[in-house]
Amino acid sequence: MAYSDKVIDHYNNPRNVGQMDKSKSEVGTGLVGAPECGDVMRLQIRVNPETQVIEEAKFKTFGCGSAIASSSLATEWVKGKTVAEAMQIKNTDIVKELALPPVKIHCSVLAEDAIRAAIGDWKKKNGVTEAAEVTASVAH
Amino acid sequence: MQAAERVSAPAKCWSCGQEVANGQPFCSSCAKVQPPRQAGYFDMFDLPQKLNLDVQALEKQFYRYSRKLHPDVHARASQQEQEWSLSQASLLNDAYRTLKNPLERTKYLLKLEGVQFEDERGPGNTNPSKVPAGLLEEVFELNMQLEELRQNQKLGEDDPQLRRDLEGAKDHFAAQLNLLDEQIRSLWSAWDAAWEQSDEAKKTAAKEAMTALLQRRSYLQNLVRDVSETLKES
Repeated sequence: MAYSDKVIDHYNNPRNVGQMDKSKSEVGTGLVGAPECGDVMRLQIRVNPETQVIEEAKFKTFGCGSAIASSSLATEWVKGKTVAEAMQIKNTDIVKELALPPVKIHCSVLAEDAIRAAIGDWKKKNGVTEAAEVTASVAH
Repeated sequence: MQAAERVSAPAKCWSCGQEVANGQPFCSSCAKVQPPRQAGYFDMFDLPQKLNLDVQALEKQFYRYSRKLHPDVHARASQQEQEWSLSQASLLNDAYRTLKNPLERTKYLLKLEGVQFEDERGPGNTNPSKVPAGLLEEVFELNMQLEELRQNQKLGEDDPQLRRDLEGAKDHFAAQLNLLDEQIRSLWSAWDAAWEQSDEAKKTAAKEAMTALLQRRSYLQNLVRDVSETLKES
């Protein structure tokens, strides 16, 4: 299967690889995995408590090129967005941007799950509960 | 598709016209080989769709059928019958190999029951199965260690402590695999009992529990394989 140029670019030059201290209150960590190809993906966000803007995002993914590219792209997209905006990112957006073939769609789902898990972790830590989360998960 | 086949009326023997039970390679009346029909593996061996299975009896039946399907036996039969016995023999081999292996048998039965496994998920199936969080942490940590070991290998360095950690992790996951196999086996009886009572709710419960365990198992198996390969290279 041929990877698209964008996947190859993210794979060769992954953005925002790394980790943040997950014990910090402003850091949210999402760890997700799929037995599909043994992928495991960790995505972290650092949220400004005043503005709820995601100021920094890091990821570390073990998996195929599409999984790495999906999570790399996800960190790029969430940066600068508010938590509520980041919740709106859909796996289909990732599929479109990376031109993922049907067999690799689950990689984008994983990336979306990782964003939501990271945000969920941050909310839990900071005691944030709001209607936006409920709406988003119902719509999903 | 399989289920529809099973409820359909039994086929008639092409030679004597008697009814032939679904999936049977031979006519029970005139013993002539039958054209291969799409039938389940359990049907071929005339077995109930249960998981506790007498493997020795299965083997005996397999050899009995194999002898009867051997090309030498059909050397003077028509071209058509020779072709049928060849394809029946190959079907029979697939059925035997699948049913005698406990894991393959379980997977096969679940597939008959409509379960899709991740390794054969086609386009359109976009819902990755969920893995317990505790396991994910372990898997992630293990992958980090593996990556470190591979980097060491590239640099020609060795870290005996890291290797020992990974050996330990491998043993730990291998033990978990064994535990999972035991759990899957204990669900066989739950399935069999539900099957006998035609208790759909219990069947579904056993089916789902087995599917979850098998998914976890394939995850662990891939891990153990990765660790073994990386350790071997170094």
